[in-house]
Amino acid sequence: MHGGPDKRLMLLILSVVFAFLYVPISVLFALSFNEGGLPTAWTGFSVKWYGELARNGEIMRAAFNTLVVATVSTLLATVLGTLLAVGVEIRRRKGRFLETIIFAPMIIPDIVLAIALLSFFSLLNVTLGLHTIIVSHVVFNLAFVCSVVRARLKTFDWSIVEASQDLGASTVVTLWRVVLPGMLPAVIAGALLAFTLSVDEFIIAFFTAGAGRESITLPMQIFAMIRFGVTPEINALAVIVMTVSVAALALSQRLNRGGLPGQ
Amino acid sequence: MTDRKPLYLMSPALAWLTGFMVIPCLLVLALAFFRRGIYGGIEYTFTLENIALVFDPLYARIFLKSAGIAGLAAVLAVILGYAAAYAIAAMPRRRQPMLLFFAVLPFWSNYLVRTYAWIVLLNREGLIAAVAHGLGYDGELPKLLYTESAVVVGLVYNYLPFVILACYAPLSRLNPEMSEASRDLGASGWTTFRRVVLPVTVPGIATGFVFVFVLSIGNFVTPALLGGGQFQMIGNLVYAQFLTANDWPFGAALSMVLIAIMMGLLTLQTFATERASGARRQET
Repeated sequence: MHGGPDKRLMLLILSVVFAFLYVPISVLFALSFNEGGLPTAWTGFSVKWYGELARNGEIMRAAFNTLVVATVSTLLATVLGTLLAVGVEIRRRKGRFLETIIFAPMIIPDIVLAIALLSFFSLLNVTLGLHTIIVSHVVFNLAFVCSVVRARLKTFDWSIVEASQDLGASTVVTLWRVVLPGMLPAVIAGALLAFTLSVDEFIIAFFTAGAGRESITLPMQIFAMIRFGVTPEINALAVIVMTVSVAALALSQRLNRGGLPGQ
Repeated sequence: MTDRKPLYLMSPALAWLTGFMVIPCLLVLALAFFRRGIYGGIEYTFTLENIALVFDPLYARIFLKSAGIAGLAAVLAVILGYAAAYAIAAMPRRRQPMLLFFAVLPFWSNYLVRTYAWIVLLNREGLIAAVAHGLGYDGELPKLLYTESAVVVGLVYNYLPFVILACYAPLSRLNPEMSEASRDLGASGWTTFRRVVLPVTVPGIATGFVFVFVLSIGNFVTPALLGGGQFQMIGNLVYAQFLTANDWPFGAALSMVLIAIMMGLLTLQTFATERASGARRQET
């Protein structure tokens, strides 16, 4: 590398890395529209495998369960996480212990949280099901919402809060009318992130769902199907799941105009 | 606002985290020191047997193998990711955000789906086999799926975007004038890289390495899907103790060792980051 990085070498590196990142996904994408469904031969463009999905009762139930889990856990996590973010940011003293507890759900290995919650629920004789998945998802979701909202609050002009209080507004009114509108884009961005994480989350759901087939979520269904090999239906399902996550996170990123933690 | 108000804003979330994270994790910690009951239940007598069993050659071997696979995946991901981040940082500044966006985009899609994409490529009737036969290769292809290499490739693939992101941050802050000055003073390209660029980017490398290693060593999905049924890493071992073998205390002990390794590495990474920023402060 004499006289600065070699442009051609840099372009070569980029092509190799981007090919590595995108070829597997693109192949999946293309195959899901292959009429014959096999990777060995292209027999024509078709959306019939997507139609097959709609007729598969198990998959539709799993999709419904996932929607329930993701929606409820996102709502709970958004409220809890936003309140937490506001509380932490208006507090003057910063405690290391507090920071650790808020940060922990984002870095703790899924498998550890999964077995911890399973042990906890079974010790308390709680029947496992969708409700236990929801409770578990709120744990990491609220931490992610909190960190997105906090990033926003760091640039928040707190003098208008003082102004609001000096003019006689109560704390609740100040929070609702002054602080919330200022951080709303971040709250929505956090909620979208939480929703996506919940839709995609597999291990914790797998451990806290219980043995019954009624509380299977979409990732659990996909995992079970993948173990039996490649089918055109999984290709189509995979493409849908992938598109939903990427779209939701791109929207979240756009609203937030900043980096997403852990993403 | 007074200092007391934050407390009731924070308390619902903190109560949730205490009830559904701190207490359950402490419970697992306690579980590791109890005896396994005869019929798979838990007997509440103190024992160190579970911890000792983790270091039994049979299980220590699985730990070492997992660490080896995680280490290999982390090294490969750092090499590829660093090269990619370096190449992105060398592109014209206005192109960089878009390149970075597309480097990270795959990371946003479902983990299972990204892993499944490799099954589609690697399986016996998969795309790679189809291409090989299409090119006129008639012999028996080596087994690609359900191998250790498949697991490593899957891990690198899944975590590469994070490494690119972690390495790009310090590289993009690097002042190009510093490299120029180094070369003007007669240093070769390699020396400039080693003495000027690399030291500043150590925190990014450390973060990327630790992240990939930690997520890989406890991984359960990738070994289960790309490694095949017989393949075992610690994550799968923990899974088995809880869902099939019914030895919860041993499963708890395994995951405690996992957490200890993770915390040790994260501390090292913090140390590396602080040292690098300390060195930078001294220079200026």
